[in-house]
Amino acid sequence: MMQYIWLIPLLPFLSSVLLILTAGKMPRRIVAFMGSGSVGLAALIVLSVGMGYMQSATPHTLHLWTWMQIGNFSPGFAFYVDHLTIVMMSVITGVGFLIHLYSTEFMQDDSDYSRYFAYMNMFVAAMLVLVLADNLLLLYLGWEGVGVCSYLLVGFWYKDPANGAASRKAFVVTRVGDTAMALGLFLLFTELGTLQIQPMLEAANNTWAIGDNIPAIAALLLLGGAVGKSAQLPLHTWLPDAMAGPTPVSALIHAATMVTAGVYLIARTHDLFVLAPDVQILVALIGLATLLLAAFTALNQHDIKRILAYSTISQIGYMFLALGVGAWSSGIFHLMTHAFFKALLFLAAGAVIHCLHHEHNIFKMGGLRTKLPVVFWSFVLGSAALAALPFTSGFFSKDPILLSAFSAHSSALDSGFNLGPWLWAGGVLGAFLTALYSARLVFVVFFGEAKTEPDKQPGWRMAVPLSILCILSIVGGAFTLPLASVFPAASEHAVSGLVHVISIATPIVGLLIATLVYFKPVLPINKFTDSGTGTALRGFWHRGWGIDTLYDWVLVKPYVGLSAAMKSEWLDTIYHGVVSLARSLNVWLSSLQTGKMRWYATGMAFGLIVLLTLVGWGV
Amino acid sequence: MDGLAIPLNHVLIVATLLFVTGLAGLMFRRNIIFILMALEVMLNAAALAFVAAGTAWQQADGQVIFMLILAVAAAEVSVGLGLVLQIQRRFKTLDMDQARRLNG
Amino acid sequence: MELILFYIASGVALFATVFALTRSNATHALIYLIVSILAVAVIFFLLGAPFAAALEIVIYAGAIMVLFVFVIMMLNLGEAGTERERQRMHPAVWILPTVLSAVLLVEMLIVITKFDGAQTGALIGAKQVGLTLFGPYVLAVEIASMLLLAGLVGAYHVGRRFRLSEPSEEQDLSVIGPDSSTTDEVNS
Repeated sequence: MMQYIWLIPLLPFLSSVLLILTAGKMPRRIVAFMGSGSVGLAALIVLSVGMGYMQSATPHTLHLWTWMQIGNFSPGFAFYVDHLTIVMMSVITGVGFLIHLYSTEFMQDDSDYSRYFAYMNMFVAAMLVLVLADNLLLLYLGWEGVGVCSYLLVGFWYKDPANGAASRKAFVVTRVGDTAMALGLFLLFTELGTLQIQPMLEAANNTWAIGDNIPAIAALLLLGGAVGKSAQLPLHTWLPDAMAGPTPVSALIHAATMVTAGVYLIARTHDLFVLAPDVQILVALIGLATLLLAAFTALNQHDIKRILAYSTISQIGYMFLALGVGAWSSGIFHLMTHAFFKALLFLAAGAVIHCLHHEHNIFKMGGLRTKLPVVFWSFVLGSAALAALPFTSGFFSKDPILLSAFSAHSSALDSGFNLGPWLWAGGVLGAFLTALYSARLVFVVFFGEAKTEPDKQPGWRMAVPLSILCILSIVGGAFTLPLASVFPAASEHAVSGLVHVISIATPIVGLLIATLVYFKPVLPINKFTDSGTGTALRGFWHRGWGIDTLYDWVLVKPYVGLSAAMKSEWLDTIYHGVVSLARSLNVWLSSLQTGKMRWYATGMAFGLIVLLTLVGWGV
Repeated sequence: MDGLAIPLNHVLIVATLLFVTGLAGLMFRRNIIFILMALEVMLNAAALAFVAAGTAWQQADGQVIFMLILAVAAAEVSVGLGLVLQIQRRFKTLDMDQARRLNG
Repeated sequence: MELILFYIASGVALFATVFALTRSNATHALIYLIVSILAVAVIFFLLGAPFAAALEIVIYAGAIMVLFVFVIMMLNLGEAGTERERQRMHPAVWILPTVLSAVLLVEMLIVITKFDGAQTGALIGAKQVGLTLFGPYVLAVEIASMLLLAGLVGAYHVGRRFRLSEPSEEQDLSVIGPDSSTTDEVNS
């Protein structure tokens, strides 16, 4: 079955090309069939490849052709399959297929139906190339491809300029990260002579020792790329604005796949990060800071999609935290479960928006528990998984992360300072906030009195994916991923039972408090939230801790001002000045030529005087 | 006969005064007749200077040049007055400020 | 004594010149000019150049000025012309030329008075002039005669009256060529 790996990215790609070439002339049924069918077929192939792979356990490389040959640089178009690849491909094609199926109903009333599926299929193809890539250059190709498709899909309703601005923001901010990543690729190639991932990591291990400078710089640059694509601090500002795109786009790109590309990159090149413990601890710190910042912000949003966007940023922070403390498998596992429940939440949110004629503000919704039952249960199960309530898939993936964080040691820090408990405490606080805001979301939207009435019910094409994702969100944690052959085992340290208990109990406490605030308003928090400091804090957190404003003042305004100043072409005034000087000189000199004889005679007399003066000085 | 001792400088000063007066007249009269008259005055002044210098050098050259100046003046006046007649016929005026078609 | 006579004659010449150039009536100005020329002739006599003095009177005052008089009579300026001239001479017009001329005068005086000492007065008679004229300067004589010929022909041609079609107002007058002005009615 291995020789059919190349079909996996090819099918969505062909479908996309066909949809582009026929440019909306095909009937909707065909478009829907091709769009979702290509991804579904790819999913089936992944399934069979995966089952065949489970028996052998050796990584397999399929070399298709040599991409280019420049001197001794000859990257190939080659696919590398190991367990990590299988896991990623399953997530992409499986969740992707469900989202495509959902989109066939969600985008039913849109006029650009085939353009949508063309972009979505192109995205899936690029993402598959990214995870299948055997060398970093091909990975970069997929990386850029998903960036472009994200831009196209976020700005899908291009007639509104705000959507265009949001997609530009997404592209430009991730571009900053992409540039860092490209620099990292240059550095790695210069130092190690190859970009093929496995040979490169071997060469890295042979060339450098732990703690060297060059792997640290290379790892830092790759981290820059990952931070941009995965919307972590400081390049996270694009993700909330990217909610301007259609909701299935948010589900696919900004929950399940593209934003996990950064996590995948770090996991794939983990040897490099092991060689640079400074950078690895930085990964963990970035993850921690991001998850806390995003959780506080999510608590203060009232747009349903923005809450989920900040939640995504926060959860990817957990994945970064896991990678940073060396719990590679846990990070990937959380990636998978997050894909399930976040896609579920986004699709359910999409159903809410779809059925409530495009209402986004949660405080204008309410009482939908009885009106949209399928959506309600999707939200409940998805939020439960998000909050990592016991026995959901989120619980099985988040708990190991917290435990690994507690027992984290880094050779980058003094041996006296124990970073682990601090990371763990931050993670626990984040879990508390996660439970708080997800429960808040559920209570506000689905309980209480209805402020907006739904005008339609979701059809089977929306309900079936929701149901399947519900099931996956619950049982998805039951099996362990066979990633032992890919990653070194995370060091096991014994942790006290108290740590276990607190880790498990915190989400429940959060849920309880949310119930008391939003479901039965018993706790008198209004006194605090409506006070001066309360309102200021709420506003500050609502604006994402002011980072957007900071970037606007420090980066955007000077650049726009500079370009406006350049636009006036002030340098041209020199040339214009010369021209106008010549012109005015011409005008003045022409006025001297009056044609009157008396005037010329006077001029001659004047000249005579001047001449005599000049001669006279000499005498 | 020597002994008539008029200093050359004085004569030259007189000539200069005459010349400058003619120049001023040339610059401020608009009628072509008067302009020509001023030109004659200037020629006359130059001739006076030449003759005086000639006697100072005790040579006849001064008077020779005076005769040539005279010839030039005569030719110039004849042609000039012919032009005046043409101007009168065409511009219907003798105002030289009206004849400025060569202005820039 | 000749010095006094010289000063008197110079004064007459200067005053006459100034008046000649500031009259409104063309004929009056011409008479003043003739007086100025006669005064200069007296100066020539005093300088010891009788031939030059005689030539000055005969040719300059007697021919050139008479030519001027003829043309002015022909132009027939009249009282209107005199009135026009009077209107054109207001202070704004003659201030600048006067100033420029004064400056020029001062400069030339400075230059002239740097050199001192020469005396005029050597009597140079007609015979000596003639010998010099037809001796070293015979070429100049020939050229002068050609000049006079050119002047003669030019004056005849330029002053000619052409009779052709009626001229239009916008006629291109850059070339003095065939023209017809039907009337002699002049105004200036």
